[in-house]
Amino acid sequence: MQSPTVANYLNSPTGWKSWLFTLDHKRIGIMYLAAIMTFFAVGGVLALIIRLQLLSPHGTLVSANTYNQLFTLHGAIMIFLFIIPSIPASLGNFVLPQMLGAKDVAFPRLNLASWYVYVFGSLFALYSIVAGAVDTGWTFYTPYSTTTNTSVVSMTLGVFILGFSSIFTGLNFIVTIHKLRLPGMTWFDMPLFVWGLYATAIIQVLATPVLGITLVLLILERTMGIGIFDPAMGGDPVLYQHFFWFYSHPAVYIMILPGMAIISELVAAFTHKKIFGYKAIAFSSLAIAFISFLVWGHHMFTSGQSELAAMMFSFLTFLVAIPSGIKVFNWVATMYKGRISLETPMLYTLSFLFLFSIGGLTGIFLGALGVDVHLHSTYFIVAHFHYVMMGGTVMAFLGGLHYWWPKMFGKMYSEFWGRIATILVFIGFNVTFFTQFILGAKGMPRRYYNYLDQYQPLHAFSSYGSWILGLGFLIMFIYLIHSLFKGKKAPGNPWGALTLEWTNSSPPPTENFETTPVLTHGPYAYDTVVADRG
Amino acid sequence: MNSESKSHAPHIVPLTTYLAIGSALFVLTAITVWVAHIPLGGWNVVVALFIAGIKATLVALVFMHLLYDKKMYLVIFVSAIVILSIFIMLTMFDVNERGTINAAEAGPINSQSDMYKGRVVDTLAAEHGEAAEAHQPDSVKAVAKPDSSKK
Amino acid sequence: MTHADNRPAHLAHHFTDVEQQKDSAKLGMWLFLLTEVLLFGGLFAAYAIYRSTHIDMFYNAHKFLDVRLGALNTFVLIFSSVTMALAIRSVQLGDRRKALVNLGITLVCAGIFLVVKYFEYSHKFHMGQLPGKFYTFNGIAGSNPHIFFSIYFMMTGLHGIHVLGGIGTIGWMMVRTAKGEFSADYYTPLELTGLYWHLVDIIWIFLFPLLYLIG
Repeated sequence: MQSPTVANYLNSPTGWKSWLFTLDHKRIGIMYLAAIMTFFAVGGVLALIIRLQLLSPHGTLVSANTYNQLFTLHGAIMIFLFIIPSIPASLGNFVLPQMLGAKDVAFPRLNLASWYVYVFGSLFALYSIVAGAVDTGWTFYTPYSTTTNTSVVSMTLGVFILGFSSIFTGLNFIVTIHKLRLPGMTWFDMPLFVWGLYATAIIQVLATPVLGITLVLLILERTMGIGIFDPAMGGDPVLYQHFFWFYSHPAVYIMILPGMAIISELVAAFTHKKIFGYKAIAFSSLAIAFISFLVWGHHMFTSGQSELAAMMFSFLTFLVAIPSGIKVFNWVATMYKGRISLETPMLYTLSFLFLFSIGGLTGIFLGALGVDVHLHSTYFIVAHFHYVMMGGTVMAFLGGLHYWWPKMFGKMYSEFWGRIATILVFIGFNVTFFTQFILGAKGMPRRYYNYLDQYQPLHAFSSYGSWILGLGFLIMFIYLIHSLFKGKKAPGNPWGALTLEWTNSSPPPTENFETTPVLTHGPYAYDTVVADRG
Repeated sequence: MNSESKSHAPHIVPLTTYLAIGSALFVLTAITVWVAHIPLGGWNVVVALFIAGIKATLVALVFMHLLYDKKMYLVIFVSAIVILSIFIMLTMFDVNERGTINAAEAGPINSQSDMYKGRVVDTLAAEHGEAAEAHQPDSVKAVAKPDSSKK
Repeated sequence: MTHADNRPAHLAHHFTDVEQQKDSAKLGMWLFLLTEVLLFGGLFAAYAIYRSTHIDMFYNAHKFLDVRLGALNTFVLIFSSVTMALAIRSVQLGDRRKALVNLGITLVCAGIFLVVKYFEYSHKFHMGQLPGKFYTFNGIAGSNPHIFFSIYFMMTGLHGIHVLGGIGTIGWMMVRTAKGEFSADYYTPLELTGLYWHLVDIIWIFLFPLLYLIG
């Protein structure tokens, strides 16, 4: 039954050196994918331990110090090692040049450098675990981070290095999108996944350097006591927060924009309908990128920031919801009177629409100053950002992963188990995190290792949810890896989609296209074109 | 394949232009130093930054060819400055408005760091002898020696 | 599908023509310069905030900076920017020898800059005007004068590191120019190096008045 293996990017060239020194964006994307999924699992296990500790109000599974280290590690790994690189570096790297009809990204060597810098930075950050794990929270607030005797320097140095990886990827994508499109492919012929990656890349190059200098200043503050963040030295700890959040707020849009970009692709492909409001979605991505730089102070409403500044940031925060809302409306409008097929990627899409809407709306609650005073640093915040980051980005990432999996590996995964896992993830996620909205509204503070008895039933319920969630992911890991060995051979275009990456074989050849593609229709021309599912 | 004749021959800036801009930069530097010695209060920094801005613009437009190249590069450069300005302006707005609504928040957090405890600042030396002598080359013997409270 | 005989050696396989490769390189370089502006920008922000809240201290502290040395360094860097631009112009006109001379002068200027900074730094070390907790000088009135020197050393230090990087890159460009790797048709790496060097100059153009010419 096995047909002779055709040469593709996976099997030719061969040898470990061809992978170590590869300049092929697809191979780099796959290597990133493996690392990202590994760190997702590590971060997830840390979360399970945290939720185990929180099963009982006076739990002694771990000590208080260890608990601080656990949530710091969970946050730092999930944010810097998993979610920020996730979509752009893995799926983006793999798909972007193909969607543009190009042979590679603009700077393949920079791409490889980005990968190695990512590996190096990750190792540095992980080394800090053994060198005296950081317990400051992933935000490294001063003055605690300048005085605690845990390995803040090695962790922040690791994150500093990881920042370069992110900048390299963003820079590469911007130039690729500007310069390597097929002749005849205008900006408005590009798939919306590309627009999303473009907006993300703009944020990556603008914001990440500020994180870089912030971490350098933090390291210098710790080692040389320069005195700009530490009150004992005459410094201002709120200034650190300004510096930190100037990057870290746009960073959350680095996380969500690629996810939204994937949703645009999935909604069109699995509704078999032209996307509604292409230009609105495209421009809203750019609008989100720009406005994201204006709102960072909403993380600091209770920090001692001036109230006038807080008011300004609050107003600007409401603005940023508008383009996101525009997108949601356009996706739903696309689905209206469409021919929806409920394969796994579409199930993740529906999950995204539901969960991201909740996450986004709760962000609006938090943008209101009076409300935030009560909810800041409670579990409401924890629930909010998990809804947008996990209910949003991770669902979109998994949807994209399942969408492009046949293309990347030439194998189909089990649709049956895919659906089971998605449903378990959806249920588990809501049980875990919706409960936390209630916990937070009732006053349960975040980052607490013990708590008052009255919160115990809700905490326990949330922990049970984490097990359902974990089970869902476990099943997903199993059938995905199983598909690599035993999956059905995938055709070039299993979904009948219309973007250029579906015109080549699965897996694609090393140079992406046997002959340079010719653009004959738009990326969502489902009304005029019927693509072969094969 | 390449039908854009505009970029066929890259623009070569005349030698005189480079030398003229270079001279202008020297002159503007001298002016900056000269104006710094005129007491204008809060306007000194404004004038200094304004002249620096002109110098930077000349370097960017001519030496870096922004005047002659694709507009995209100018857009990129200006965007960086715009985003940076947003950061500085909003942060300064916060710092300056700390005490506006709640007067207790105004003022420095810690106007005298712990490391100065026990030191008496030799301000006489600071105002008179120091300023002039500090500008001499290495032969200067530190007038204000680090005193005994040095850690 | 590509014909090796039509494509120059330096044209990468994924570009359709030299124009596309050159434009891509330049676009990439400008994006990199954007990141450098934001990187230094953080320090400018710290400067702005601390100067606005410690006006007198900054004024008193800056008097210990030597304006003449600062101005000298400014002239040196401006001059090096001119020679850098002239070097590229020479290559555009096919004059390899002049290009090398101009690159050499640029390199020498960069060296002079660092030597002057060395003298400035060692003078401060001698006086105890060090950043942060190492500050031991006792002649500046105002609150927390160590902050001025923290900011001074950080800003000029980061800038100095970039000058060092520039020296390495320009030196490497000299080697490649001497080997004849560049011509009127291809000098992109040189052009990108020039862009980098001009940005280093621009940053100093702002550092000089902000640190040396306060009030």
